[in-house]
Amino acid sequence: MMKKLFSILLILLATALAAPFASAAADLEVNTPAISSLKNSMQTRHGQLAAHYASGAIGLTKDGLIAMHDANAVPLAQRQSVNSLIAAENGDRNALYKEIASANGHPEWQDEVRSTFAQRWVQKAQNGWWYQDGGAWVKK
Amino acid sequence: MKTWIAVFPAILILSACVTINIYFPAAAAEKAADKIIDEVWQLKDKATPDAKLIEEKPATK
Repeated sequence: MMKKLFSILLILLATALAAPFASAAADLEVNTPAISSLKNSMQTRHGQLAAHYASGAIGLTKDGLIAMHDANAVPLAQRQSVNSLIAAENGDRNALYKEIASANGHPEWQDEVRSTFAQRWVQKAQNGWWYQDGGAWVKK
Repeated sequence: MKTWIAVFPAILILSACVTINIYFPAAAAEKAADKIIDEVWQLKDKATPDAKLIEEKPATK
């Protein structure tokens, strides 16, 4: 009885120990329809945002979103539309992080997905763009 | 009784292993993020474009 139980436990233990190695090699699922449509929407919006990143009007935040960095870089008449662009972009980004986490069966990964993206956005940003480093804005 | 003494620690160990199993795959997430950012920002060339620019920038004196 004990021997049998022990061997069952051993097998379970071995499986549990091997599982992380198997999943470590796997890629994250990012090819869901929801993720694709968010990507498309963000790609289209980037055409309008790019100039504002370059002018310093908009910067990349440490939580993987974007924010107004220098409102004076935008003519007063355009400020409202830039604010709307920022809000729309942040809506998509929040949805994207949430969607990636849940598409991989771990909704609780959302914050880690977000912080991974926060680093990669900055890494891939062009020189001259602004980003948040800790509490301060930094020009790349 | 004896069985329980043996099984209980084993259950504890097993549940710990299951906890380890749901760790966040940081490398895979980074790869996925890069792929998505390349598409959104349309950074088609695989070589990091900013690495070159940083080298060309003169050092601050």
